[in-house]
Amino acid sequence: MVKEEQEESSNRPDNTAFTQQRLPAWQPILSASIVIPMFVLIGAAFIGVGVALFITSRDIQLQELDYTGDDSEHPCFKCRTNTEKCTCSMTFSIPTLFKGPVFFYYGLTNYFQNQRKYGASKDDNQLYGDLNYFTSPSTDCDPYTRDSKNMPIVPCGALANSMFNDTFTLSHTVNGVQKIVPLDGKGIAWWTDYNIKYRNPSITPLINAFNGTKKPTNWPKPIYELDTTDVYNNGFINQDFLVWMRRAALPDFRKLYRRITHDDYAAGLPAGNYTLTIAYNYPVHSFNGKKKVVLSNVSWMGGKNDFLGIAYIVVGSMCVVMSIVMLIVYARFKFGEDD
Amino acid sequence: LVCTRKRSLEERRVKANDREHNEKFQYANNCIVTSKYNILTFLPVNLFEQFQEVANTYFLFLLILQLIPQISSLSWFTTIVPLALVLSITAVKDATDDYFRHKSDNQVNNRQSQVLIRGSLQNEKWMNVKVGDIIKLENNQFVAADLLLLSSTEPHGLCYIETAELDGETNMKVRQSVSVTAELGDPNNLASFDGEVVCEPPNNKLDRFCGTLYWREKKYPLTNQNMLLRGCVLRNTEACYGLVIFAGPDTKLMQNSGRTKFKRTSIDRLMNTLVLWIFGFLVCMGVILAVGNAVWEREVGSLFQSYLPWDPPVDNFMFSAFLSFWSYIIILNTVVPISLYVSVEVIRLGHSYFINWDRQMFCSRCNTAAESRTTTLNEELGQVEYIFSDKTGTLTQNIMTFNKCSINGQTYGEVTDPLGKQPKRLDFTPFNPLANPDFCFYDEKLLESVKVGDLHTHEFFRLLSLCHTVMSEEKSEGELVYKAQSPDEGALVTAARNFGFVFRSRTPGTITTTEMGRTVTYSLLAILDFNNIRKRMSVIVRNPEGRICLYCKGADTVLLERLHPCNQELMSITSDHLNEYGADGLRTLALAYRELSEDEWEAWSESHRCADKATDCREDRLAAAYDKIEQDMKLLGATAIEDKLQEGVPETIALLSLANIKIWVLTGDKQETAVNIGYSCKMLTDDMTEVFIIGGHTVQSVRQELRSAVVCRLQNTAGSFRKMRQKLLYISGEFALIISGHSLAHALEADMEAEFVSTACACKAVICCRVTPLQKAQVVELIKKHKKAVTLAIGDGANDVSMIKSAHIGVGISGQEGIQAVLASDYSFAQFRFLQRLLLVHGRWSYLRMCRFLCYFFYKNFAFTMVHFWFGFFCGFSAQTVYDQFFITLYNIVYTSLPVLAMGVFDQDVPDHRSLEYPKLYEPGQLNLLFNKKEFFICITQGIYTSVVLFFVPYAVLSDATQSNGVPLADYQTFAVTTATALVIVVSVQIALDTGFWTVFNHMFVWGSVGSYFTIMFALHSQTLFRIFPNQFRFIGSAQNTLLQPVVWLTIALATAVCVVPVLAFRFLKLDLKPQLSDTLVRQKRRKPGGRSIGGAWRGTGSVSEGRLGARGGSRRSGYAFSHQEGFGELITSGKNMRLSSLALANFASKHSSSWIETLRRKKTNHTPPIKSVSCFSGVCFSLIILRSAL
Repeated sequence: MVKEEQEESSNRPDNTAFTQQRLPAWQPILSASIVIPMFVLIGAAFIGVGVALFITSRDIQLQELDYTGDDSEHPCFKCRTNTEKCTCSMTFSIPTLFKGPVFFYYGLTNYFQNQRKYGASKDDNQLYGDLNYFTSPSTDCDPYTRDSKNMPIVPCGALANSMFNDTFTLSHTVNGVQKIVPLDGKGIAWWTDYNIKYRNPSITPLINAFNGTKKPTNWPKPIYELDTTDVYNNGFINQDFLVWMRRAALPDFRKLYRRITHDDYAAGLPAGNYTLTIAYNYPVHSFNGKKKVVLSNVSWMGGKNDFLGIAYIVVGSMCVVMSIVMLIVYARFKFGEDD
Repeated sequence: LVCTRKRSLEERRVKANDREHNEKFQYANNCIVTSKYNILTFLPVNLFEQFQEVANTYFLFLLILQLIPQISSLSWFTTIVPLALVLSITAVKDATDDYFRHKSDNQVNNRQSQVLIRGSLQNEKWMNVKVGDIIKLENNQFVAADLLLLSSTEPHGLCYIETAELDGETNMKVRQSVSVTAELGDPNNLASFDGEVVCEPPNNKLDRFCGTLYWREKKYPLTNQNMLLRGCVLRNTEACYGLVIFAGPDTKLMQNSGRTKFKRTSIDRLMNTLVLWIFGFLVCMGVILAVGNAVWEREVGSLFQSYLPWDPPVDNFMFSAFLSFWSYIIILNTVVPISLYVSVEVIRLGHSYFINWDRQMFCSRCNTAAESRTTTLNEELGQVEYIFSDKTGTLTQNIMTFNKCSINGQTYGEVTDPLGKQPKRLDFTPFNPLANPDFCFYDEKLLESVKVGDLHTHEFFRLLSLCHTVMSEEKSEGELVYKAQSPDEGALVTAARNFGFVFRSRTPGTITTTEMGRTVTYSLLAILDFNNIRKRMSVIVRNPEGRICLYCKGADTVLLERLHPCNQELMSITSDHLNEYGADGLRTLALAYRELSEDEWEAWSESHRCADKATDCREDRLAAAYDKIEQDMKLLGATAIEDKLQEGVPETIALLSLANIKIWVLTGDKQETAVNIGYSCKMLTDDMTEVFIIGGHTVQSVRQELRSAVVCRLQNTAGSFRKMRQKLLYISGEFALIISGHSLAHALEADMEAEFVSTACACKAVICCRVTPLQKAQVVELIKKHKKAVTLAIGDGANDVSMIKSAHIGVGISGQEGIQAVLASDYSFAQFRFLQRLLLVHGRWSYLRMCRFLCYFFYKNFAFTMVHFWFGFFCGFSAQTVYDQFFITLYNIVYTSLPVLAMGVFDQDVPDHRSLEYPKLYEPGQLNLLFNKKEFFICITQGIYTSVVLFFVPYAVLSDATQSNGVPLADYQTFAVTTATALVIVVSVQIALDTGFWTVFNHMFVWGSVGSYFTIMFALHSQTLFRIFPNQFRFIGSAQNTLLQPVVWLTIALATAVCVVPVLAFRFLKLDLKPQLSDTLVRQKRRKPGGRSIGGAWRGTGSVSEGRLGARGGSRRSGYAFSHQEGFGELITSGKNMRLSSLALANFASKHSSSWIETLRRKKTNHTPPIKSVSCFSGVCFSLIILRSAL
């Protein structure tokens, strides 16, 4: 008998909450007392944040200058198709103090840095300073892996090859005298890009590392001469290079060119007339691109962004409206139930 | 050798005791292999099988595409990691399954049997038994292979077998050896037996065998009557010897167990259709994007060549578009999720384990837990509309108990008081030392009546102890064992035994009883045997005092007509009692006797002898002779036998009917018995408007009966239609249809089946009796074909195997001797009543979980993948992915797999007891409401909406946004991280909304997944990995640069709100405006635990367990049922089945020669009963023997 009982218990399933599907559980219910106040709360929060964002965004100043020169009246019109070195300048005025720090961006439109093949056309090992990949770059870089003489290109690939090479100077007209606004090119790239992702080979002088390689075909000068004045801004860790290599997600983008943080302009650009002088090197005419310069300051939430504030206000209002609708429906439902 | 092998295809030659000779033919040995792999073949065979799955091949194809550099838009590992995971999970599952098959094979193959080798009996494993061996079988042993019966310990080479495993019938069948071999009693003689059998090659016909035995230059024909088939059990026979003819896979049992059809659920089929649609959708997306690419390359890309020249092989935009198509197929492939199938399998496996673990489906009596033998059908359990049930062993226990009786107008046994305490079981031992201790009876009055010597009572039990064909065996004094041909008779004779009228023994001419302790020997003058037309049997005996008496028992309808007119008053009282018993579903017999004078007997005896010797129309003449003497009888009373139902059967049936499940009973049993069970398990009630009985034997008659049933139904419905419109449905449901096997054969013909289905489905209950196993399957197929409904078949015997296999879901009753049904079934458990839990609880939950799982699964994949589509419009249709490739690899298998799996395994809307209380909760499954094409479109629309939000919100915000240090946020990696994070958060919030039942696992998985996303992302974007593989981990630093920006979080919050708020509002409004029953129940539980019940309205009609005693209609119905077969009376009077030792008259045996077995057989075949009209039980049917003797 005892044995039988033992045997019996051997077949009987265990009596645990898990096996018997009786695990303690929380069963949330979309009850009116939770959902409606939640909607009101979310709505209120979103409207609050939205208003704050909107106001912040409204206070941010933005100056945009298109210098493509499509228009024949435009000072840069002459440089539009010119392959030679060409310089043009544009003047603009700032009506009130442009609060600092001011950021100086260049922008391109209709430019597909996010094209798959374009984006893939680089060799991260090479850019990490691995000399093995200097002599034999990855085939991802095709057709910019080797030049016509079969010499390896460093840095290889379409992305590097197409590096933006317009340069700008900004001058402030003070009492009829052009005063150059100092531009600060430090720290405009990601910290991780500058310190980890891109590295020069540990060979000094840097030029020796590039023996037996060629500069990218479009480049006027090789990478180790990008900034000969500063070894920490030369080669692969040149800030402008890094900025370019961090490809944009969308075909219309802007990239940080410089900061205006020095001297008299640390507090911002005073009201007045300014002249932007452009060394126009980068052709965009062939693909109907546009080039522009953007001056902007930022707040805690970054640059000017009206959409975010408006979107928050709209979503918040929708929540509130929805909660009213739900309240009405719920009330009617309740009466219906009581009947 | 070739020649012999060829010949073995046409015929089989087996020489006894000659292994060398038989080996020439290379017959299969007795080893059975059902496993699929061994250690070496596992990997190649399993992989080959897995790649036959379209989905796996598709992903392999994708993998190959990804290896082409021009196309590859994603690294190869994004596909191979999930594919490897899926393949290995499936392989592990297959390996486990096969391991268990190996185990069960070994168990069967290692059973012991005694083989005669070189003149001595040796123990051998089953697998070592060879064709041509002679093996010895002992009582209650399984037959190891298909044997030719050579001899047995019983006289005349007879032996009895039970064929439950083969055909599900529990009554015994007789087999007889060829007379020449019957004499080879002992092993020594058998060892020298060298006969050769030439017979048909292996086949699956259970009822046929054709062969010849050549021995000592003589030929002996062999038939199925000489065969013992594998799977049978030897009964009531000490031992027998048999020659192995077919072994292992050649046996009829194995030949019948064809490859199991792989069953798929309707969700499976829907899923496959949807996957095909998605596939089409994918191709459309690919085409749209490829066209976009062509346009872009022509309009923009060609101009952009100064910065990005076309690849030399890609020198025109058309070719570029072609490549882009394939590239997009690769990156959009995640809409056809690779992990879908494996996740579904995992969920089903979980549900199967819950079924296996359910203590409430554990039968402690037979120590058997429910078992989910197939792990792929669970959600279909939530959609069942038709249940096809076997009767014997499934609804009933196949135990007959003497429950009530009516003696001389006094009813006994009516003590069961549902409210009172359990009445005391009578103890017979002090009164009667010969009593059977297992016999239960509760009414003391009857015992009192016997004790006081009431004449009627004594005569009543005397009749029961004399009028039967039971054989007795008395191993030692007082230890009586009855061998009854039918369980009814066994119950009656045992009842008489316990009440002091003990049947002790019989010879062909005498019956010895012990009446109230006094041994009396009656001479048995005649047995007026039972048959289905007469519906009665009688014996004529002469008692020691010389008085001749005829005792008769039979159907009340027949017997009451034959009473002496002076019985009028008693007859009406007894009729009332019979009526009562019948209404309670008891099987009734009326008992009567008649005293005969010597002259009467002499006269009749003469006419009987004449009839018996007649060569033509012997049957009819005998019947007429019997008819003549069974007249003017005096009514003694009636017996009521309970065909014991399994526990909880009526309640289960009632509950399942409330859940809108139609239950059909398909039984091989007789119509009366089937109808009786119909009443006792409340499928049929006296309140029913009409019970149609279809018993026609010709196409025309069946058609006419069906038509008249339709007309009758229409009339009823039309009448009520005028009166009360809304009751139409109710009225039309109150019909029942009973159809017998031969009518069914006609009804299943192509031109009538539609008519049959429409009539049958309009009925509340359908009972098909006398159906063959094949017909059972045909009925199931018919409903599958015409109703497109999910069917479930439940049965316990091998005769149910075909139906179990053809139904969508097959359920076997386990814990009994036969295991054929269980082996063929998808689910097995010990009690019919567990069906309610299997369907209403497990099935319902499985369906609910699976539907919720699928909805979410498609949603999350569309939300994930379609972002690429929108991005395509901004990246020159270049198949640039939005996300990091690691994110794409891990999204489906790590970041979002577990929460939805947890939901799919653990989710519950209402607790289990609620599902049983409110069977209406089952309806959404039957109507397929929770996941269908419409729901699918809603899911993918929601998914696409989410993808739009997830792309365009970051697009709008980030395109101009900058970090607080002025660095723009619109770089590709920031965009990718923002979108991916928003996606993970949105789908996690969505699963949180979808999860209705937050167990600890759900919490763990939901929070864990979000946590793992951030952890893994930070790890993948860390310096360490980048330093090792700079080329793979390009996203270095993106996580920290992005996620530290408030704008990014504001973007994510905005996207989440835009995605979730409308869903939340929609769900709330739906809950308020169109609540489902389950919603209401959940709310009700929350609001007022145990409070006011809204259940009444939902619950349908009345309480489930409400008895309907006393709710009897006016119509009278006979409760007669008697599962007896004809021919045994003659067997007894011939003395053939009696041991020589017990035969008083040795020469008696020769009197009828061996004609009895011929008679037995003839009776089975040449019976064509007349056709009766629709509305009465025709009762005239083929003898059951037709089916039973088939073996």
